[in-house]
Amino acid sequence: MTTAISARSLRKVYPGTPPVEALAGADLDIQDNEFFTLLGPSGCGKTTLLRMIAGFEHPTSGSLDMFGASLLDLPPYKRPINTVFQSYALFPHLTVSQNIAFGLEMLGKPKTEIKETVAQMVDLVQMSELADRQTGQISGGQQQRVALARALAPKPRVLLLDEPLSALDFKLRKEMQLELKRLQTETGITFIFVTHDQEEALTMSDRIAVMNAGSIRQIGAPRDIYDHPAERFVADFIGDTNFLSAQITSSNADRARVDLSSGESTSARLPEGGARDGQVTLAIRPEHAKLVMPDDGLLRGTLENIVYFGTDTHIHLRLTDGTPFTLRQQNNSETELQFAKGDTAGIRFAPDVAQVLKD
Amino acid sequence: MTDLSLTAAKRASRRRWILLAPALILLVFAASGPLLITVIFSLLTPGDYGGVVWKFSTDGWFGVFAQRDIFDGTFGWSDAHLSIFWRSVKLSLITTVACLFFGVPTAYFIATRPKKQRGFWMLLIIIPFWTNLLIRTFAILELIRNEGTVNSLLIWAGVIDAPIQILYTEFSIILGMVYVYLPLMVLPVYASMERFDFSLVEAAYDLYATRFRVLRRVILPLVKPGIVAGSILVFVPSLGAYVTPRVMGGGNQLMLGNLIELQFGQGRNWPLGAALSMTLLAIVMVALIVYVRAAGNEEVQHG
Ligand SMILES: Nc1ncnc2c1ncn2[C@@H]1O[C@H](COP(=O)(O)OP(=O)(O)O)[C@@H](O)[C@H]1O
Ligand SMILES: [Mg+2]
Repeated sequence: MTTAISARSLRKVYPGTPPVEALAGADLDIQDNEFFTLLGPSGCGKTTLLRMIAGFEHPTSGSLDMFGASLLDLPPYKRPINTVFQSYALFPHLTVSQNIAFGLEMLGKPKTEIKETVAQMVDLVQMSELADRQTGQISGGQQQRVALARALAPKPRVLLLDEPLSALDFKLRKEMQLELKRLQTETGITFIFVTHDQEEALTMSDRIAVMNAGSIRQIGAPRDIYDHPAERFVADFIGDTNFLSAQITSSNADRARVDLSSGESTSARLPEGGARDGQVTLAIRPEHAKLVMPDDGLLRGTLENIVYFGTDTHIHLRLTDGTPFTLRQQNNSETELQFAKGDTAGIRFAPDVAQVLKD
Repeated sequence: MTDLSLTAAKRASRRRWILLAPALILLVFAASGPLLITVIFSLLTPGDYGGVVWKFSTDGWFGVFAQRDIFDGTFGWSDAHLSIFWRSVKLSLITTVACLFFGVPTAYFIATRPKKQRGFWMLLIIIPFWTNLLIRTFAILELIRNEGTVNSLLIWAGVIDAPIQILYTEFSIILGMVYVYLPLMVLPVYASMERFDFSLVEAAYDLYATRFRVLRRVILPLVKPGIVAGSILVFVPSLGAYVTPRVMGGGNQLMLGNLIELQFGQGRNWPLGAALSMTLLAIVMVALIVYVRAAGNEEVQHG
């Protein structure tokens, strides 16, 4: 597998009083043909990282390579990288097909080839009927498709997408998520996708980089990140999580024996490069735990609230040491909750579903 | 009921007329009135000491294009007038192009500054406007005359031995007019650029457009309204300019404005002056129609 984009200690400080460190030394390797997502809250530096890859911003320090060659001295128009802008940035004086043809014309492609490619692209994003419209005369979702077609038409090696779906309504958004994933698979182009929506990231990506306050906190496949968050921020930002304090009693390569506050002990996964002994925090996903009779539980607590969500039910408990704990049960015809509000119940989870956090 | 609504309607209509009055007064006294007087004067006979005699004559219009040979009394084209028309159009066109050349990048520069700084840069553009036109023109004269700053500096630096004749040439007229009319180009172009969405520039860069092509394919088509307005604002007063050609041209490089002024002054031929004024108006109108048509029809070019 070849590396498409590789960043080392990439840092960006915007001048000003005080200067803003938007990216504090990022290390990143994005594989060719990968759907790679930058996920993080607003202001964490996602756009900055993307703009440096596109060439609109110059890094303060660090290196940035594309297929092994440095990008840093290339202006945006010499990088085989295209961007789908958050505001779409379609040319208002050009029609849909003229917008899509723009990049090809700038590359000096022959007229017949341009015509062919534009027709293909218009088809690919299902805009054939509106090809001759001005871009001001089409809806937001359609503008989104045109922006996508315009960026894909020159067949870039890497496509950058900065929160491209954030302006769309829920239903259209779900559609476009599938559409984007399909386009990525069909074209084989490396997608670098920016979002602050964890669900979007989990459903679409091959790998996700979770960012916070200018640094990359964890990189991994959606499942890895979800099941084995390395630190509190990641666990909290992606999905719902229960945090428990625990004491490591023994550890081997990637597992540890931990004592819970209830005195029971279980096995938990260790993060790479984290603490191997002493007092730690465990993360347990609500759907990984289940309710049992009080005496069979690893933990015990009182049911404070039961919320029905259709497909599943959320059960909020307070453990004996006062910590809140949420549990999620899928609803089907066979399961029925044996507990009522105010009851004391036990909580069990399988060995190794608990993840020791770095912090 | 009916009566009430009728008087209400009447009152509303009266209020409308009162509100319209300033515009109507302006139109009658400042636009149509003088124009009408000019047309009438152009068809009368010149008085002996200026003014007009109320006797119909087409001599004024005749004199715009033709002249009587003083020796054999035949009529021929008025070469002097035609060459002045031609010079006026030529110098105004060059002035407009030069203002575009300097004004568009200037407006671009200002529009791309941070919001807080733009006011300062606009102030620098506008300040000369607050100074009297004559004073500004004489300031340039001081710079470029044979013993002026530019020539003195060049001689002092040893670049030239004798002063270059800059003043009293067509070049000096253009220089003066560009200086005087540049703000009229910068202002409308800046206004259209300020509204311009600069993420389009990034989008074009991203799609392999070089700087020059970004300018030609994205920026220019979108700021064209400002450029059209600026060109008109520069071209029209240039065509009728008279202070600048007078001072910078020194009397031997006449433009239309000077010719007209001459007829109302020393020439004591008001009808000819009025006819020349109407001719100027006609040239401006034709030029504007041609220009606006051309600018409007020009499709976005490919390639
Ligand atoms: N041009 C700029 N000048 C100064 N600060 C900036 C600029 N662009 C972004 N920032 C700051 O850098 C930080 C990261 O911004 P950004 O990369 O846009 O975050 P995100 O895309 O994750 O929301 C923010 O604190 C933002 O205010
Ligand atoms: Mg952003």
